Amino acid sequence: MEARRDPASEAGAAPKLRAEDLHKSFDGRVVLDGLSFSVADGESLVIVGPSGTGKSVLLKHMIGLLKPDSGKVFVEGQDVWAISERQRNELRKEFGMSFQEGALFDSMNVYDNVAFPLRRSGRPTREIRDRVRECLDIVHLPNVEQKRPSELSGGMRRRVGFARAIAHEPDILLFDEPNTGLDPIMTDVIDEVILNMREKLDATIVTITHHMPSARKIGDRIALLYGGKIIFQAPPDEFLESKDPAVRQFVDGSAEGPLTPEGQVVGKTRPSEEP
Amino acid sequence: MKFFEAIGRTVIRILEEFGHVFQMMGRVAGWTFRPPYDVPEFFRQMVRVGVDSVPVVFLTTLFTGMVMALQTVNGFARFHAESLVGSVVALSLTRELSPVLCALMVTGRVGSSMAAELGSMRVTEQIDALTALGTEPVQYLMVPRIAASIVMMPLLVIMGDAVGIWGGYLVAVKLLGVNPVRYIENSFQFLHVGDDVVSGMIKAAVFGLIFSLIACVRGYYTTGGAEGVGRSTTRAVVSGSLSVLFADFFLTKLLF
Ligand SMILES: Nc1ncnc2c1ncn2[C@@H]1O[C@H](COP(=O)(O)OP(=O)(O)OP(=O)(O)O)[C@@H](O)[C@H]1O
Ligand SMILES: [Mg+2]
Repeated sequence: MEARRDPASEAGAAPKLRAEDLHKSFDGRVVLDGLSFSVADGESLVIVGPSGTGKSVLLKHMIGLLKPDSGKVFVEGQDVWAISERQRNELRKEFGMSFQEGALFDSMNVYDNVAFPLRRSGRPTREIRDRVRECLDIVHLPNVEQKRPSELSGGMRRRVGFARAIAHEPDILLFDEPNTGLDPIMTDVIDEVILNMREKLDATIVTITHHMPSARKIGDRIALLYGGKIIFQAPPDEFLESKDPAVRQFVDGSAEGPLTPEGQVVGKTRPSEEP
Repeated sequence: MKFFEAIGRTVIRILEEFGHVFQMMGRVAGWTFRPPYDVPEFFRQMVRVGVDSVPVVFLTTLFTGMVMALQTVNGFARFHAESLVGSVVALSLTRELSPVLCALMVTGRVGSSMAAELGSMRVTEQIDALTALGTEPVQYLMVPRIAASIVMMPLLVIMGDAVGIWGGYLVAVKLLGVNPVRYIENSFQFLHVGDDVVSGMIKAAVFGLIFSLIACVRGYYTTGGAEGVGRSTTRAVVSGSLSVLFADFFLTKLLF
């Protein structure tokens, strides 16, 4: 056994989010395979990687929606699975998360969806109403308050999900492909909002995206997830210019290269210090 | 070999399901008495379980009372005990038929929709979204549904008792010509509200707990898309109804 680190003793310098040696399989299929990473307070991390490598699974681990088979997740130095269910729920209120498919509550209209996190924090009605309007304006959806999620298009649903995630101005934001399937203008709008959140709220942000220009724009750092691990991470410019064959293949969008659909890395990838 | 494997797998699945249900019962109990209390949702669920089930329960118990009277008048005539028909109808309805039949009907009507609702929330990640927003799904979704079922089932059963007895009266008196005064007198002669009616209500409350808990658990642990939702719904109704019947036997043994 390696020495167990005491989360409390490093709370001072603790990164906002940290994962340590995460392993997760579903029915014998390994998805996360000894993954470790951390996100500093106020940092914006972008995670990229081929479809089906486990980006969404990783994000769900960060907020305690999935429990790792082994390994640990720390939020603000607190081991997410060492605290009680109730404390975990409290901890989650510091998060805002948007889901890949929106995950809107379909028994409620758009207004109630966005108001949901605000109501739970017990704010006065007037303040809630103003904030909901504001959030829906931010994502350019002014006239849908009374609509049901089933009456919206896929892209609209995703934006409402985004509005719901930022409504209560949380400390930590997790976005699962916030701009996939949006038109170029909307994509940029979302990018701007993410940048804005970081500046205004000093939020710590983890974004999954397939869109490299967005990744470059909003990320302080880009990490490539593949084969259950983060195989390369660097600041955007460095990442995009990296000579690492796996990164090159991904950035250039080529079918030929070390990244295969089966999820195994063919050949060696270089260590992530110097490209 | 295949055969034993199949049996083994079924046994494991049933035990697993039991495990889930009992574990969830503990969690539900733990979350019931913690704020915030979602009173409006509780009332919405009471309407859904109780008020909306009135027509079904009305018809079920009406016809049960009527057929009971029909059968017993015919049968009891063979040994000249027609005067006891009222008692038999009243006792069997309040103690047994009204609670069990109500529970089975409501399991089919409400249990299935609870399982489908929670199941589709699970597969569309709405339950994950609730959790991610710091809201405990057990408290937000299950507590109001289960509490409403426990509260409304006894009320439905009381109504069922009255409707069934009335149905029996209609058939016995209007159709078969039993003396109305004798019938009514006889109906309530042996009926002890304290024992018969109350024990029926206790049963009903337990049945309410059982079917709603099973429906919620089945929905909550749904996997596998739309097909999975269908599977959960079916299993909620089947295991819910069977559990009600099992529980009925043991409760009857215990209460009488
Ligand atoms: N609840 C689950 N049960 C079983 N398998 C799952 C579950 N969730 C994810 N997986 C599996 O884990 C793998 C990673 O899924 P994940 O959704 O994280 O991919 P992703 O990287 O987000 O892909 P995409 O870019 O297409 O969204 C997939 O192979 C998927 O089949
Ligand atoms: Mg994904």
